[in-house]
Amino acid sequence: MTLRFDLTPLLPTAFAARTEPLNRLMRFGPWAGYRTALCYGDTEMEYAAIRNTAMVYDLCPMTKYRITGVEAEDYLQRLTLRNVKKLPVDAVHYTAWVNDAGKVLDDGTLFRLGPQDFMICCQERHLPWLLDSAHGFDITVTDQTADLAGLSLQGPLAATILAKAGLDVAALKPFRLTRLPLGNGQVMISRTGFTGDLGYELWVTPDLALPLWDRLEQAGSVYGLRPAGNDALNLARIEAGFVIATVDFIPAHQALREDRARSPFELGLGWMVDFDKGPFTGRRALLRERETGSKWALVGLDIPGNVAAEGAILYHAKRHEVGHVTSAAWSPITKRSIAIAEISAKHAKGSDVWVEIYAERELHYAKLMLPVRVVERPFFNPARKRATPPERF
Amino acid sequence: MPTPSSEVIVIGAGPNGLACATRLAQKGAKVTLLDALPMPGGGATPREFAPGFTTTLAHLTRGIDARVAKGMDLERYGLGFQTLQTTLLGPNPVTISRGKTASQDADFARLHDRLTQFARVLAPFRAIPAPTLGKGNDWLTLARLGLGIRALGKTEFRELLRMLLTNAADVAEDDLTDQRLQGYIAFEATLGAWAGPRSPNTLILLLNHLATGPDVLAPKGGMQAVAQAMTKAAEAAGVTIRQNARVTRIVTNGDTATGVELASGEALAGKTIVSTLHPGLTLRDLVGPRVLDAGLYTRAGHIHSRGGTARLTLALKSLPNIDNLENRLIIAPSVNAVENAFNPVKYGQIPDVPVLEVFFPTSLDPRPDGLHILTANVQFAPHMPVDGLDQARAQMLENTLRVLAAHIPDLRPLILHCELLMPQDVAALYGNPGGNWHHAELAVEQMLFLRPLRDLSQYRTPIEGLWLAGAGSHPGGGITGAAGWNAALAMEGAL
Repeated sequence: MTLRFDLTPLLPTAFAARTEPLNRLMRFGPWAGYRTALCYGDTEMEYAAIRNTAMVYDLCPMTKYRITGVEAEDYLQRLTLRNVKKLPVDAVHYTAWVNDAGKVLDDGTLFRLGPQDFMICCQERHLPWLLDSAHGFDITVTDQTADLAGLSLQGPLAATILAKAGLDVAALKPFRLTRLPLGNGQVMISRTGFTGDLGYELWVTPDLALPLWDRLEQAGSVYGLRPAGNDALNLARIEAGFVIATVDFIPAHQALREDRARSPFELGLGWMVDFDKGPFTGRRALLRERETGSKWALVGLDIPGNVAAEGAILYHAKRHEVGHVTSAAWSPITKRSIAIAEISAKHAKGSDVWVEIYAERELHYAKLMLPVRVVERPFFNPARKRATPPERF
Repeated sequence: MPTPSSEVIVIGAGPNGLACATRLAQKGAKVTLLDALPMPGGGATPREFAPGFTTTLAHLTRGIDARVAKGMDLERYGLGFQTLQTTLLGPNPVTISRGKTASQDADFARLHDRLTQFARVLAPFRAIPAPTLGKGNDWLTLARLGLGIRALGKTEFRELLRMLLTNAADVAEDDLTDQRLQGYIAFEATLGAWAGPRSPNTLILLLNHLATGPDVLAPKGGMQAVAQAMTKAAEAAGVTIRQNARVTRIVTNGDTATGVELASGEALAGKTIVSTLHPGLTLRDLVGPRVLDAGLYTRAGHIHSRGGTARLTLALKSLPNIDNLENRLIIAPSVNAVENAFNPVKYGQIPDVPVLEVFFPTSLDPRPDGLHILTANVQFAPHMPVDGLDQARAQMLENTLRVLAAHIPDLRPLILHCELLMPQDVAALYGNPGGNWHHAELAVEQMLFLRPLRDLSQYRTPIEGLWLAGAGSHPGGGITGAAGWNAALAMEGAL
């Protein structure tokens, strides 16, 4: 039998009618069963838009679970690490969830749409875990991935463009959301994003996706708005210091090797864990880890030179392997080589730690052994990200 | 070990609960034993099934765990046993006594000998906590037991490894020629299991029966004598036993169990709570999802607990006119008879020709009124009959009586009362979801360090102060008290 991949094609997203003609390279990649743009034509220009003007990025494949019911808050208290009681209505927080052993299954954003109405937005699929966790709670879990189109608008001019498009979000603070009329319906706008810059995520029913796109395109044309693909976004998110499931950590339920799963402490997400909020899945295991210490740490690295250290191995005293780089880039905005790296916890301070990079220069490889410096993330953290109201241009 | 002043609450006064409570009380704990039924004993407690007639759920045993019998001094409380012979009913009945047939079948004697040797070296594993793949093993003991197995000699050790995970039907057909004896092996291996003789890994169940005790025993004075003796021993050790006290909730504070709530609404505080109820029921229904991790809660709901045995009890005007009725009688004429009786159960249906273990308790302990009782374990019965419980029960009863009448022709006119308990009936009466004798099915994937689940195999639960000590824990159920005793020892070692 011949394999016919065309019989199970990747799904187009709600914005495909606009994004696909714009893709000069026809460079698409699979994302959760959808076809999404990796690059529209020029990653550097797309990245430059994120940091200097604004870009739109198609978020539709993000997995979205709606959780409603009288015990929705209790349910999410048990499911996730942070204290959901502290999350007000019309606000969003970044959180994560772990298995019984305290190993991270995924991270994501939790939207509180009402007192008993929530949305989890994450990269991987988790319906079985969410349903298993639902036993004994009076709630409903619905997969809304296909019912809600998402468009990310990020960059210093994002608020200006929204205002021009008739969507005034000047008063919207970071991690808050609002709803504004759009056509016959409405658009939900959250001040969230994955770029570490001023930015918003816009959520509409799929029928309003193209009208939303067109409205933003029209408003943004004079401001240098352009669509960006995954490659540009990835560069921005590394500068912002964000981690991605399957890149910077392996979701515990996907890890085939027993020692590959990581706890929130080991991913730099320990700040999320609220031991005082009451029972939650993984609490006992995480308490034990807090007592006995973690094995790994995820750190930001500043590396000399200008060669991105992708996939590089870390050594202590140039000799003993102590970790590896999970994400790396030459950062245009900070003008330095940065990386996110997994390193054995006892070397997490970075003393006498070296990175071995194989740098390709016109078909010849040079082996570089460079000293690293452990630095705080985010690598780039502009004040405009937080300013309310945002600067107008 | 709980300190002398501490309050221990043991839930469930079956043999495991009585054994566990007694051991803890003997070590100085103040123990309250709570039980939902009107009288203690669990599967050995008398229950009126018809006016003036009582019976117990378990009708025979392979003996109380030796440590339990000694530690509770059960002999002193009048407990004694009579060893039974087994007669295989059929056109040409066979009687088996201590592993030998009356006809001196050499193949059978050889196989029985071999299995008994295997069971002898495996039996000590029943009396220790299951070895774990993690930390916490008593390596010295394990090494000793391992050497014991190796001491079988190279040939027999290799045979043990070859046979351990095979199915009972293959062994019976490989090693025996007499269909009746093949049927006997097939029946014995699957007694109390949700498995036919051709189901995977059924020989180990037979080895487990033989490791529990080489012979089938009838307690003198009936099975309730076990309940009575164990109850007296528990009381003598200072255990407070409360009947009609159904626990509806295990109360927790943070990660710690602090007491129980009863159906009456009464709350009891305790520093240590020991549940001998089904582990899934304990965690899911009594503790609940809020304080348990989602993964454990889910897995606790997936513990296989299918009962495959119906229980028939008849009140009779007199004993029927057949030979050997003081023996244990088995009606399972061949391997295929047993397998055919299991097949429909997989689909929730009733077998046309069930296989049976029959006993006349009144042949050994006569009633003053001269009337008699027949008890039988009938296999197999669906735990979730597709036709509904009532119709399935009626059909099961009819098919069972037909099989009995074929072997005991004058039986039907003697019947005064009859009762057939389907697995669901057993569950409703005794509180073991699914109605399996062992709470969690005894099957390789739920034995040893996997019983009832890998992270519960050391009798501990993630809730501080909450322990499991019932049939669902290693080494399983039966009227032995072994799991309860093991749990008590584990608690001493841990605290």
